[in-house]
Amino acid sequence: MKQPLSLSSKATCNTHGQDSSYFLGWQEYEKDPYDEIHNQGGIIQMGLAENQLSFDLLESWLSENPNVAGFKGNHGELIFRELALFQDYHGRLSFKQAMVKFMAELRGNKVSFDPSKLVLTAGATSANETLMFCLAEKGDAILVPTPYYPGFDRDLKWRTGAEIVPIHCTSSNRFKVTSSALEQAYREAHSLDLNVKAVLVTNPSNPLGTTMTRKELSLLMDFVIDKEIHLVSDEIYSGTVFGPPSFVSIMEVLDERKYDGHDVWDRVHVVYSLSKDLGLPGFRVGAIYSNNEYVVAAATKMSSFGLVSSQTQHFLSVLLSDDKFTCNYIEENKQRLKLRHSLLVSGLSSAGICCLESNSGLFCWVDMRHLLSSNTFEAEMELWRKIVFRVKLNISPGSSCHCTEPGWFRLCFANMSEATLDVAMRRIKEFVAEIVVTRPGNPASNNQRPSHSRPLTSFRSPLSKKSLAKWVFRLSLHDGRER
Amino acid sequence: MVGCSSDGDGSKVLSKIAMNGGHGEDSPYFEGWKAYDNNPFHPTQNPNGVIQMGLSENQLCFDLIEDWIKNNPKASICTADGVENFRNITNFQDYHGLPEFRQALAKFMARIRGNRVEFDADRIVMSSGCTGASETLMFCLADPGDAFLVPSPYYPAFNRDLRWRTGVQLIPISCHSSNNFQLTLSDLESAYSKAIESGVKVKGLILTNPSNPLGTTSDVDTLKALLEFTSRRKIHIVCDEIYSATVFAPPVFTSISEVMREVECCDPCFVHFIYSLSKDLGLPGFRVGVLYSYNDAVVSTARKMSSFGLVSSQTQLLVASMLSDGDFVERFLGESPRRLRDRHRKFVEVLGRVGIGCLKGNAGLFFWMDFRKFLEEETFEEEMRLWRVIVHDIRLNVSPGSSFGCAEPGFFRVCFANMDEVTADVALGRIGAFVTRWHGDKNLRLSFKSLKSGDENNNSLSMTSPHVMSPRSPVVIARN
Repeated sequence: MKQPLSLSSKATCNTHGQDSSYFLGWQEYEKDPYDEIHNQGGIIQMGLAENQLSFDLLESWLSENPNVAGFKGNHGELIFRELALFQDYHGRLSFKQAMVKFMAELRGNKVSFDPSKLVLTAGATSANETLMFCLAEKGDAILVPTPYYPGFDRDLKWRTGAEIVPIHCTSSNRFKVTSSALEQAYREAHSLDLNVKAVLVTNPSNPLGTTMTRKELSLLMDFVIDKEIHLVSDEIYSGTVFGPPSFVSIMEVLDERKYDGHDVWDRVHVVYSLSKDLGLPGFRVGAIYSNNEYVVAAATKMSSFGLVSSQTQHFLSVLLSDDKFTCNYIEENKQRLKLRHSLLVSGLSSAGICCLESNSGLFCWVDMRHLLSSNTFEAEMELWRKIVFRVKLNISPGSSCHCTEPGWFRLCFANMSEATLDVAMRRIKEFVAEIVVTRPGNPASNNQRPSHSRPLTSFRSPLSKKSLAKWVFRLSLHDGRER
Repeated sequence: MVGCSSDGDGSKVLSKIAMNGGHGEDSPYFEGWKAYDNNPFHPTQNPNGVIQMGLSENQLCFDLIEDWIKNNPKASICTADGVENFRNITNFQDYHGLPEFRQALAKFMARIRGNRVEFDADRIVMSSGCTGASETLMFCLADPGDAFLVPSPYYPAFNRDLRWRTGVQLIPISCHSSNNFQLTLSDLESAYSKAIESGVKVKGLILTNPSNPLGTTSDVDTLKALLEFTSRRKIHIVCDEIYSATVFAPPVFTSISEVMREVECCDPCFVHFIYSLSKDLGLPGFRVGVLYSYNDAVVSTARKMSSFGLVSSQTQLLVASMLSDGDFVERFLGESPRRLRDRHRKFVEVLGRVGIGCLKGNAGLFFWMDFRKFLEEETFEEEMRLWRVIVHDIRLNVSPGSSFGCAEPGFFRVCFANMDEVTADVALGRIGAFVTRWHGDKNLRLSFKSLKSGDENNNSLSMTSPHVMSPRSPVVIARN
């Protein structure tokens, strides 16, 4: 028996965002998950940004480092009690030292981090929410470039009461942040009677899979300096940059522009996690890094609500302190991501589908605008439902990422075997070959062209499959989108 | 390092929550920890240091757990035996938790209650310790400005956990020594009415059973009466049962889950409890908390919120393996209360011999010590002066009753399960020596009277907020 009236408004509202198609797709996958042997007709999960490519590197490290098992210290002594009792919210120093060393390595040692400015949290989910509790409250807005990670709706807004106001980015310039978009978002927040507290960016971007250029970062710095607001850079994918341009962290920009001493020094914060780079989402290891002692102090106290298990801190402090391991892992992981990325891109390309040119992340931002029956989000959802239920691929529709243009989808490539990826590519190719495209010309244009008589929903086209496939392929080459 | 540029207007730069004192760390409860951190006792390296008796930890049964770990390498994904599970576990971030983890917890919690109740594994929501569970429950049950009633004395960190980020108010119901600090129905009724009359929206009652800091269990009749009260008024009852397996003497622990079926008007939608392995098993570092609700909507919402504090999958696997081992659980649940009872008895007897009384307790990792006779006046200022003597002169960090919101000065919570036998003997010796000197030495009483806050000998005890405010165990300090 339910009694919604006796619960809080947070419990009865929708702000957790779990009714989004992003999560609904996961649910469909759960009902019918693909398995190479036991369920070959099942849904392939391409909506979950996990890194499963480098577990073997971790496993072989474990076999060479038996002491970390069974709660043993460096000299084989049992340190179980110490770990069992360790609940200091400052975290284990050895672990924080190892984390900052790893974070510096990921940035080519162009910056260094101070462990006393690092706050440990239960994953980036907790880090982002905690930062919001520290920086904002009801009546405040956080500006976030679109498209963005769907989980931000929950993490930044749900329990904090803050609002997200989007910074609209478009395909016209590869979804880069522009100063006019920033200013427009700022104005929009004010028109909604909201006080802007921060800009939050994900760099490398989820869902785009691109790194921010120095120009963009500079623009952001200028903007937050001018408006006297905070800048949060979620760098959770910093270790997944497999191609040029190389990753530039906001901390590097702070350093280079010699902002130590300037106001803005205290208003730039970085979020990190080991869930993507090391593929350890189950361990719930996140961090906030800030030069602002008040933020560090408040966030540290708040981390009581989501501390990292001491068992996990111990294991990771040993792992990440091993320079030889981390150096090799970082390189090898990137190579594997690069290869897998290229398989996805070429697989899609052979189906006449382009992706936004990308150099990082565990996914591609895929352009399926030419497959829409109309340039609308309804058509996007229609296409998405087909892809989930008939093609049996769980992919994430751009609308769930708040993209302003219909037809873009995020497809993940690092959470499955190569064989499974092959199957996925084959299915897409077959799907594209069977549907009828009713909109000639450049689908990227804003003009709505009248649809022709053949609806997109038909799987059986009067045209022969072969000639149809050629026509779709030719269309996709004409519009000048990046691959 | 450059401080925050808007010092005079911190609220412009950060949120109110970040800048206010809602974290509660300015309380003397935490001051004592600082005194300990500055001068921690060690039997050989620092025999005159402060003994930590202000931290409620259970260190009496680690040997049992260590043995189990040595004999069960498969439970750790880092061992050769367990590594085959490595990638599945490291990848597992489903907020439902590992099914075997929830099932093992459900079985364990039932076993603690003598298998008189069964728990549904699907109603278990994991959290980062009880700290995470209690805050999440508040987010689910109450809006900013709503209130929960809580019998005092109560666990000081409730002020942070239940109020800080949620905006919920706590209304203490003072309990008194005249009836052994038991919560009475009339106290509850009067606190409730007063709150309603002043326009406060009361959402429920929080009950810690067994009680922290009293070390006592609530009897069945009281639980029934409380449940009937909350059920009739359609308000929630939240029970913190974190000490449920520390009951070492009669009466046997009765959980709210057992009482539900005996109260006819009970509506399960208003009944919830929280649990953790931090006290019963002595594993606070592993951050294993449980939120259990009989309300489907609460389970569903809490589960979504648990994303903010999931238990590490590595730890879930270890705990699932350990708690599924029936032999281990039986041995542990038999041995742990026995060791707690012996330690508790030792303290109570020795203190009794020097004329110090305690509330008769049967559970928990501490006792509620009565030091009223040492107060020259029955005021909280005197209590703090006495406390400074205990920390500075006797060098024991105990927790003053005022930090628990106790209505009567002179009571202290003293923890006994977080030290070895040697340290326990030293602590008891110091108390005995102090009492003897107190009775015989007028100068001691005079010097105590002249002690002011911020005395030059007691700089470490000044009332400014200490910077290290999270528990650092004596075991950990010794190793460092």
